[in-house]
Amino acid sequence: MKVVAICGAGVGTSAILKVNAERVLDRLDIDADVTASDVASLAISAADAQVILTSPELVDKIGPTNADVVVIENYFDLDELEVKLEAALG
Amino acid sequence: MPLPPLPDAAITLGVRASDWRDAVRLAGEALCRSGATRAEYTERMVQLVEDFGAYIVIAPGLALAHARPGPDVREAGISVVTLSEPVIFGHPHNDPVGVIIGLAVATPDAHVTTVAELANVFNDPRTIPALAAASDANEVRRIFALDSDTVEEGEPAR
Repeated sequence: MKVVAICGAGVGTSAILKVNAERVLDRLDIDADVTASDVASLAISAADAQVILTSPELVDKIGPTNADVVVIENYFDLDELEVKLEAALG
Repeated sequence: MPLPPLPDAAITLGVRASDWRDAVRLAGEALCRSGATRAEYTERMVQLVEDFGAYIVIAPGLALAHARPGPDVREAGISVVTLSEPVIFGHPHNDPVGVIIGLAVATPDAHVTTVAELANVFNDPRTIPALAAASDANEVRRIFALDSDTVEEGEPAR
């Protein structure tokens, strides 16, 4: 199971999303590899990903993908992350 | 590496910003003043939003202004800016923004632990309102648990 968190720079916001996604996946007892990436290298980093986590602002920047695109509004709301990740992976 | 220190120079409280660019620049100037970055980094933080939109507004009322590591980063640093009047960044859910955190990291790998610490601080929903209401730098450092008298161990409960 692979999850990619993306942002514009690949450092900063995607890293926060990665850290909190790992916490939630742990809570859900789901074994997944979570990486942080930037939009520009998404085609490579998300080639085999099941889920792409991102901001509503970046959805349009994501090209065609087979992954589920999960949009997170509040990166610090672990309950929002849990509900949305569970729906995507469950 | 824990969070970088938050010297007084990196904290700007209760100021006015005319728009989101101004707000991001205030966070960049604070990083500059504290010695973490050069002026070019500030403009790269603005450019990131020009290029990708208001995605740096990652929670209600909070923007994490940052850019990629580069030669304009002297050392890892964070800055804190609070606005007397929150401004609109153009985010569909999290506007308006009253608290801006500036983040500079020196290398792509070094940032992970810094960011994990930031997540620890902000996963507590009381953090953003507490920062917005903070009246002096010591209070800000207490919220980040960077105050030397009250160093907390481990993660906040949640």
